[in-house]
Amino acid sequence: MTATVNETAPVTEALELDHVESHLHPQPSYDVDTHPVPTGREEIWRFTPLKRLRGLLQGEPSDARLNWEQKLPEGVTLTEISTAEAQALAVSAPLDRLGALAAANAGGAVLLDVPSELVADEPIRLVLRGDSVDDVVWSHLVVRVGTHAKATVLIDHAGSATYDAFTQVVVADGAQLDLVTLNDWADDAVHAEQINIRVGRDATVRAFEFTLGGDLVRTSTNVDYAGPGGSADLYGVYFADAGQHIEHRLFADHTAPRTRSNVLYKGALQGQDAHTVWIGNVLIRKVAEAIETFEQNDNLVLTDGARADSVPNLEIETGDIAGAGHASTTGRFDDQHLFYLQSRGIAEDEARRLVVHGFFNDIIRRIGIPDVQERLVAAVEDELADV
Amino acid sequence: MATLEIKNLHVSVDTEDGAKEILRGVNLTINSGEVHAIMGPNGSGKSTLAYSIAGHPKYDVTEGEVLLDGQNVLELSVDERARAGLFLAMQYPVEVPGVSVANFLRTAKTAIDGEAPKLRTWIKDVNAALERVTLDPAFAQRSVNEGFSGGEKKRHEIAQLELLNPKFAVLDETDSGLDIDALKVVSDGVNRYSGQGDRGVLLITHYTRILRYIQPDFVHVFVAGRLAETGGRELADELEASGYDKYVKADAAAGAAGAAAGA
Ligand SMILES: Nc1ncnc2c1ncn2[C@@H]1O[C@H](COP(=O)(O)OP(=O)(O)OP(=O)(O)O)[C@@H](O)[C@H]1O
Ligand SMILES: [Mg+2]
Repeated sequence: MTATVNETAPVTEALELDHVESHLHPQPSYDVDTHPVPTGREEIWRFTPLKRLRGLLQGEPSDARLNWEQKLPEGVTLTEISTAEAQALAVSAPLDRLGALAAANAGGAVLLDVPSELVADEPIRLVLRGDSVDDVVWSHLVVRVGTHAKATVLIDHAGSATYDAFTQVVVADGAQLDLVTLNDWADDAVHAEQINIRVGRDATVRAFEFTLGGDLVRTSTNVDYAGPGGSADLYGVYFADAGQHIEHRLFADHTAPRTRSNVLYKGALQGQDAHTVWIGNVLIRKVAEAIETFEQNDNLVLTDGARADSVPNLEIETGDIAGAGHASTTGRFDDQHLFYLQSRGIAEDEARRLVVHGFFNDIIRRIGIPDVQERLVAAVEDELADV
Repeated sequence: MATLEIKNLHVSVDTEDGAKEILRGVNLTINSGEVHAIMGPNGSGKSTLAYSIAGHPKYDVTEGEVLLDGQNVLELSVDERARAGLFLAMQYPVEVPGVSVANFLRTAKTAIDGEAPKLRTWIKDVNAALERVTLDPAFAQRSVNEGFSGGEKKRHEIAQLELLNPKFAVLDETDSGLDIDALKVVSDGVNRYSGQGDRGVLLITHYTRILRYIQPDFVHVFVAGRLAETGGRELADELEASGYDKYVKADAAAGAAGAAAGA
């Protein structure tokens, strides 16, 4: 264990950056007290219905766990480590109170380790299931992908839970990771998670996030770069029904030159008080010359009474960038699409279904796990059947 | 034999200053086996006529009927009209992201026929239809019209015409934006369709160029929201030589006389 900790030490050193005066960049810290209890007016909390977090913010200790099942390709290991070991391994500290509480209360961390140069042909599958919302579950997971390794990790959330997780992903130089997260919870689940991804030199990460269920889901995905040439694609699909709050916060922190970030999130909303929030923050630091970034969020509002908030935010501190942009659309069905399909004899409800599938397929087709693709297509079909 | 009758059709669109009348009493009967060409200047209302027949929600029919074998299609939804046997090849075909051509065509064919096509022959039929309009079969895997060039979109419309094989086809400027080779390909497609003998075509165009490849039985001049003149093929030649001026002036004069008589 000690040897592997040392192996990642240079990464820490590589990231000694000037402090940035930016609300995009709160001081990362494991110390819960440095992250005050939110009032709900803060920029990072203002969209979240704090009461519905069911006391997660109070940080009441708990030993409850989700039920884990895993399928690991040969060479990949899943072990328990101490919080101190986790902190040494994965250097990206929590950026908000929920992240700090999860790390502090989880009583240690789980390390998913893909050794250097291992190419896993089969996806690594973690199924995390809850069976009650009564006890708070804290979780701390570290995913480490060694140099030039290649893996697909599926984290499949299901069932009922009141769950707060801190997940750290360290992708070493030249490694390739697909991280697919399914938030396919039962209707009563509350799920908060901070996912901090550190992209190594010339490493490639594609993160997919699918949020279908839950009463409240709030995830913050933060990406930074340990060296030049790293690339991150962050894809998301969400489908909110009546009363559901789904919030996805993305932060691409360009901490190294010639890095790339691409964010594409697509959501559909239907029913009274279905509420989705997408925050796309990008910070391009002074050192981050010749980087490329693009972020896009599209929302399809299927019925009255639903609300989609979409906030892109770009801060640039260097004059030398290869490309930066963002786009955000929120709308109802495009009448032209429906007219075209209907003019070929396709009935209106079928036409709507085709358009929604088309909207999401753009992302679903990119996932490299066929059974997950099929499951998501079916899940979208199910959601639409309720319209 | 089938008939499509357009009777005293008046159509308005909503504008910021209230409803604006675009079609001012169109009368036209098309029998199966016939090819009618409609020619008219920009803005005269040709696309409005095409869209109104197909049922586009933007257009408001204030008077008149469109009868398909005696049934008023204006009472039907857009998809019902298509299933009744109408087809519109659009001037600007719509891009539908994420919906593959293959899925789109199969869904449309199933809707039109009331049953799913036989899988084995259908794929062959689709590939053949695409190849006939010189589209690579790989187009079947692309999203409907997304990123297609102008000419590819038009050829895709004709492939659909052949696969869905409606009773009547309205082709709105299917010839515009095509180079000469594509124009021939599209014309051949229309001729194969009308050559079945029991299909009707309403061909809307700006240019006489396409009438070198498609022989119309009737040529209509369309000016300011109605038919100003009807003739045979020779009318197209006359329009090519002298343009629409004569008809535009006559319509304006008639309008002025009408206003004077009304005063
Ligand atoms: N929303 C609208 N508001 C105002 N005028 C409109 C509106 N929609 C259509 N029109 C007008 O209706 C008229 C007829 O348009 P239409 O597209 O039917 O003409 P067209 O004969 O097909 O022209 P083209 O040859 O350019 O294709 C035009 O003058 C157009 O500007
Ligand atoms: Mg037109």
